[in-house]
Amino acid sequence: MNAWLEKKIIALGDGFMSIARAFGQGWLFMLLLVGALPASIVRVSAWIRQLYFAGVLSLPIILVAGLFVGMVLALQAYNILVNFNATETVGVMVALTLLRELGPVVAALLFAGRAASALTAEIGLMKSTEQLSALEMMGLDPFVRIFAPRFIAALIALPLLTMLFNVLGIFGGYLIGVEALGIDTGTFWSQMQAAVEWQEDVMGSVIKSLVFALVIAAIALFQGAQCLPTAEGVSMATTRTVVHSSLAVLGLDFVLTALMFD
Amino acid sequence: MTTSIVEIKQLSFARGERLIFDDVSISIPRGNITAIMGPSGTGKTTLLKLIAGQLTPSTGSVHVDGLNVHTLARADLFTLRQRMGMLFQSGALLTDLSVFENVALPLREHSKLPEVAIRQLVLMKLEAVGLRGAAWMMPSELSGGMSRRVALARAVALDPQMIFYDEPFAGQDPITMGVLVRLIRTLNDAMGLTSVVVTHDVDEVLSIADYAVVLSEGRVVSAGTTDALRASRDPWVKQFINGEADGPVPFNYPAPDYASDLWEAKR
Amino acid sequence: MQATRKMEFWVGLMVLMALLGSLFMALKVSNFGKLAGLQDGDTYPVTASFSDIGGLKPRSKVTMGGVVVGRVRSISLDTQTFKALVTIDIDRTFTNIPADSSASILTSGLLGDQYIGLEPGGDDANLSAGSKIEHTQSAMVLEKLIGQFLVKLSEK
Repeated sequence: MNAWLEKKIIALGDGFMSIARAFGQGWLFMLLLVGALPASIVRVSAWIRQLYFAGVLSLPIILVAGLFVGMVLALQAYNILVNFNATETVGVMVALTLLRELGPVVAALLFAGRAASALTAEIGLMKSTEQLSALEMMGLDPFVRIFAPRFIAALIALPLLTMLFNVLGIFGGYLIGVEALGIDTGTFWSQMQAAVEWQEDVMGSVIKSLVFALVIAAIALFQGAQCLPTAEGVSMATTRTVVHSSLAVLGLDFVLTALMFD
Repeated sequence: MTTSIVEIKQLSFARGERLIFDDVSISIPRGNITAIMGPSGTGKTTLLKLIAGQLTPSTGSVHVDGLNVHTLARADLFTLRQRMGMLFQSGALLTDLSVFENVALPLREHSKLPEVAIRQLVLMKLEAVGLRGAAWMMPSELSGGMSRRVALARAVALDPQMIFYDEPFAGQDPITMGVLVRLIRTLNDAMGLTSVVVTHDVDEVLSIADYAVVLSEGRVVSAGTTDALRASRDPWVKQFINGEADGPVPFNYPAPDYASDLWEAKR
Repeated sequence: MQATRKMEFWVGLMVLMALLGSLFMALKVSNFGKLAGLQDGDTYPVTASFSDIGGLKPRSKVTMGGVVVGRVRSISLDTQTFKALVTIDIDRTFTNIPADSSASILTSGLLGDQYIGLEPGGDDANLSAGSKIEHTQSAMVLEKLIGQFLVKLSEK
């Protein structure tokens, strides 16, 4: 009985210690990352290159997804609003749903799947082939050379992608609402203009995506840096990146919505 | 014995529950080739990472050129590392840069040399490892031995005082091994380096090393000149150097009695 | 170097597309620059008290003859009179609104948002910063209307 109790207490203490250690490592990592930002931001070509990998290569999936999400939103909105004779507000509904929620969230989820997982895999591979150690041994800080440029690129890429996702979504809504279902073009746009606030809705969308980018990039880089340097370790870290960042995006979206649209 | 450049004192290091080093003290003399040998899994690579400050010991200290590696500030540690070169097992070339750019990288970052001088230096280093002709290839196009040689050129690009070799011979064909053995010796003598070679390829390394340290199960089993090592009467050291199958390290992993194990129906 | 130029081209193209997207958002989708972006310096505050504001919210629009002239800044309760005190920001370009204009809370459409409609009065003096609109008409609350309707029905 006594031994059993002791075992349990040890297990509890061990669990607590490992959580505390993980937190500490995470914060230390963030601290070093932020510390490396000034030195890294001046190496423009390094993060432009990463912007290509994180941003441009994610463009196709973002644009196509945005178009279809906007189209299906318009279709659903029309089917409901036609009962209230209020089909001219289809545009409003599409635009507000996209800008406030779906745009930043779906773009962030796609980004986590497309770009963040690749980031973790790349860094995990660099770790397992000792490239990170080699940089350190050359007296080069991997935070400045490897992590920070990718972090900066993600912070720039996701808001841009979200903006394009929103635009394509609204265009998709226009295609279905106006071109296919015959809502008047003038009312479609003017209703939208009357209801959408530049600061609250459009800028809110950008702010949300900026926060998401920050969290996704931090998770992806941390998982890459922490992974076991084996093939299995890298693949597990990649999975963890997608799962953790998707959950973080959805959870944070709730918090941000509560803060921004009270 | 000349003065030592690396001084390890009462070092212990544990990974999780496993104690990898237990109260290890080693001093590595300046200007020579020192071999650090031991069976697989004794933490030879870990020892190099401890010396380079990539890992922190549980207790004990490591002094490199008089500086305590683990109490240095991050920036000072990076400065100290410019005086160290390390050759990794896999070569660890940056895969998105060409051979030339890989060797040029430390020069570009740590010197203000003009492009012409960098080009000359890089080509000189590559010539020293016999790969000037491969300057514009990408790391993925190189064989394992070639990428190790490129990595060696990169490691000596900044003319370091000491260079660490992590298993330089592992998995190489005899010709490549011969080339690497020659390179380690000639680079050491030509540049006045201190070389530390971590390996378990006994014959190759003993042909070039001046001093040898043998590790086993977290302890130093033997340390001294290579001649002293060869003459050692310690049965464990003899088994290790001559590669005998049975000896103090038994052929059989500890197991219950053979006969009863075979006849016991179920366990 | 060729690869780098190609990457830079694509990154530039992506940034350009996003900028055009922002422009589209500003001009076509949102009310950017149409009173939404009004800064404090571009407006002057006026107050009005209502016995019932219905569903009026901060940032609701204020119109005159159907044209948006301002926005609701804040709503509070006057604890002396127990009336709702509404502060309105009116665009500085409309300086000659008569001081005895009346304000009523209206609804756009049957179920639409509520807003404040201003009716011009005939006074020579104009509304200025800090002045108070005296004549107000409260929101029409649907339940109250139905209640009155039912009372009248039963009286007959």
